[in-house]
Amino acid sequence: MFTEFDWQVVFNSVPQLWKGMQITLMLTVLAIVGGIVLGTCLALLRLTPFKPLSFVAGSYVNFFRSMPLILVIFWFYFLVPIIVGRPVGGFYSVLIAFVLFEAAYYCEIIRAGIQSVRKDQAFAGQALGFTYRQNMHYVVLPQAFRNMVPILLTQAIILFQDTSLVYVVGVKDFLVSADLIANRENRLIEMFTVVAGVYFVLCLTGSMFVKKLQRKYAL
Amino acid sequence: MIELQGVSKWYGDFQVLDDCSTKVSKGEVVVVCGPSGSGKSTLIKCVNGLEPFQKGIITVNGTSVGDKATNLPKLRSHIGMVFQNFELFPHISVVENIKLAQLKVLGRGDGEATEKARSLLERVGLADQADKFPAQLSGGQQQRVAIGRALAMDPIAMLFDEPTSALDPEMINEVLDVMVELAKEGMTMMVVTHEMGFAHRVAHRVIFMDEGRIEEDCTKDEFFNESRGERAQTFLSKILHH
Repeated sequence: MFTEFDWQVVFNSVPQLWKGMQITLMLTVLAIVGGIVLGTCLALLRLTPFKPLSFVAGSYVNFFRSMPLILVIFWFYFLVPIIVGRPVGGFYSVLIAFVLFEAAYYCEIIRAGIQSVRKDQAFAGQALGFTYRQNMHYVVLPQAFRNMVPILLTQAIILFQDTSLVYVVGVKDFLVSADLIANRENRLIEMFTVVAGVYFVLCLTGSMFVKKLQRKYAL
Repeated sequence: MIELQGVSKWYGDFQVLDDCSTKVSKGEVVVVCGPSGSGKSTLIKCVNGLEPFQKGIITVNGTSVGDKATNLPKLRSHIGMVFQNFELFPHISVVENIKLAQLKVLGRGDGEATEKARSLLERVGLADQADKFPAQLSGGQQQRVAIGRALAMDPIAMLFDEPTSALDPEMINEVLDVMVELAKEGMTMMVVTHEMGFAHRVAHRVIFMDEGRIEEDCTKDEFFNESRGERAQTFLSKILHH
């Protein structure tokens, strides 16, 4: 039965698939950067002794962690154009959704990372005369991020997979591009097999890299 | 220089410091000792405001530590502190450890900070270790770097929180030697330690704490030669006779 498969379709569509992969990668990278920046701010807010601020940040995290990602993507797809007052295109609305959603997860990772730095390290910085901000910047955060690298990368791999959910709003990422070709050429099995293979190889490589890093840091 | 008046502190319902009052004058070396859990580390951390206290007044050079209006970072930058576990910053090199606060807190230029760091490393006998990372040094070496890091700020006083407790026995002396030298140069020092030999050699006064209270506060000679309270007696016999 395998003789009936036509792999030529896959080879012919490589340029189009690569275009889709570029969207997937761009979305992943921008969402990671945005998520970490916003997540760091949220983590710092959660850790302030000033209760109202930590409450707001905590509520934000709890809210987004209680929402299915696909719902958030849908929601922002319809909401963002209304807020901005004009169509912004699918890519930007899903990017905003991903940044806001991922920030909640990054916040918790970063908070745990900050708390993994021993209290006396912060004392040592304070004793030298650093302000709270300087102490975070020069003493605590560099160490926290170093402790967090493996789990941040793991989260990045999950995010890379999750970007395929943009399918629901039709942003032409890797999966959607493959889907379009598959339907046009009526070669669904070949295309989706290739898509699965690509995700598998990329994610497995990523996980193996993380494991290697962990071993290196564990030494 | 350092003055404590009726300082009390609670962790929830538990009182860790109970009405502590004492004074450290300029150029004086005061050793604080006592059984573990007696509040000595907490007391010394209150002096530069690392630990808040609920009652009493602490002033350093006339500035009130507990006052909300006090610029604590600025005050702390004038008081050196050395910790039990060294607390060098593990992600930067030894010389960077000594430079960091000079650059960011005192606003010194890179050249000046580097020169200061090098001369301090020379002073603590570690000039050849400048570019290593803290984890590559022995405990004794790390603690000497930590003393150098505190001295780089040109402090008016130095606080030591059990500086030799985490060290292997053969490394204790190299750290104590640096501290003795510092004391002889006239540095104002408040030292939490069980090293009675150190107290014997350079301390002017000894404070004995128990259960959050200052039980003895006397000159070195009085403490070692004359009648002490029963608790101090018991404590001394425990740490001296083994």
